[in-house]
Amino acid sequence: MYNVDQYFEPETIDEATALLAEHPNLLIIAGGTDVLIKMHSGKIAQADLLSIRKIKFLETIQKRQDGTLSIGSLATFTQIANDPIIKENIPVLKEAALSMGGPQIRNVATIGGNICNGATSADSASTLFALNAKLKLQTQGGERVIPIEDFYLGPGKVDLKPGEILTEIVISPEDYQDYGGHYIKFSMRKAMDIATLGVSAICRIKNGVFEDVRIGLGVAGPTPLRCQEAESFAKGKTVSAQTLAEIGKLAVKSTKARTSWRASKEYREHLVEELSQRALKVAIKNAGGESLA
Amino acid sequence: MLKKISFTVNGKEVSLEVNPGETLLEVLRKRLGYTGVKKGCAVGECGACTVLIDGTPTDSCIYLAVWADGKEIITIEGIAEDGKLSKVQEAFVEEGAVQCGFCTPGLVLTTTAMVQSGKKYTREEIKRELSGHFCRCTGYQNIIKAVEKSLED
Repeated sequence: MYNVDQYFEPETIDEATALLAEHPNLLIIAGGTDVLIKMHSGKIAQADLLSIRKIKFLETIQKRQDGTLSIGSLATFTQIANDPIIKENIPVLKEAALSMGGPQIRNVATIGGNICNGATSADSASTLFALNAKLKLQTQGGERVIPIEDFYLGPGKVDLKPGEILTEIVISPEDYQDYGGHYIKFSMRKAMDIATLGVSAICRIKNGVFEDVRIGLGVAGPTPLRCQEAESFAKGKTVSAQTLAEIGKLAVKSTKARTSWRASKEYREHLVEELSQRALKVAIKNAGGESLA
Repeated sequence: MLKKISFTVNGKEVSLEVNPGETLLEVLRKRLGYTGVKKGCAVGECGACTVLIDGTPTDSCIYLAVWADGKEIITIEGIAEDGKLSKVQEAFVEEGAVQCGFCTPGLVLTTTAMVQSGKKYTREEIKRELSGHFCRCTGYQNIIKAVEKSLED
């Protein structure tokens, strides 16, 4: 039995934001696969819960007429892995979703929870970083939309202000159309494991030249991060093994890896250099470029 | 603060008041007597507590009982019909896929959901579907064979 006193289960977002405004101490719960684990371990000793599970429209995944992709925060990883819109437009997010946990966890864990939990290892986060995703946060009075990069403040810390609920993840057409991507999760086991390192690479190619490259990393620093130096270097360069090798080296410069029981700092940096190239190689192919040996 | 919920377990309607902090696992085992639902790790890693909720394999240890309101729950007790083992259970017996048996209820339920989906699975896909179940007797080979047998037409 978890130590829960008050429990609310609103059916609309307006009800939910009103409840949050009235009871600022409420902890938002969706799939429960992070919140309940923290309550089990005692990291959260007691909580009053606001469940958003009954706000059905938050489960919606859609492509708007202008090509903007919208993923409701309550979409589960299983839903994302099976969704035809995701598969057709951003298959790299499908890869990331399928790498998370195991089937029973994916059946209930939500993408919004994955982000709001603030973990650098969140399997969806590095890909959403690479896709320049924006987050829609709603309060009783209004809403704001911010880039996902600005949402992460530190380990387990996100910029979710009192009264706010993450309702939607938005990806603009110019950020995914004509891109190919690939996600690599490096972990000790093939399932039910937390990433030692996560690399999501996407790129756009024209006539054998990188028009754009974006690399999102997980567990390479206190929050998910982007490899700015490597990305600026790549722009306009010929797609070649030499370019990739340089991208790999520069990617390490953006990292703030540390030693943990999973891996040492040095090993993680080695993984960044190697796996950013491997991920990009597949991304190149998925973007319609010539395969590199 | 108690909440009244109603749901079905193996087709039987149940109504009761639960504490919002109670898990579905606790309600099934302690209040309703479905002890075929096993408590393993209690944090959603081992899959011993798996039940089918509206047909979907779910870890009942990290699923609040209040969320079960209006749902159809299937536990291992609801798999055999009229004392006759299901095709999945038969396959587990025939392939020697049961050693200590603690992980078996969850595995049989996940396999049942796979059979009900009507999909075809490769060996790799079977492994992925089973990856949320730990067998500490290390009997995975026979379990995979049992799943393959269950999926045969």
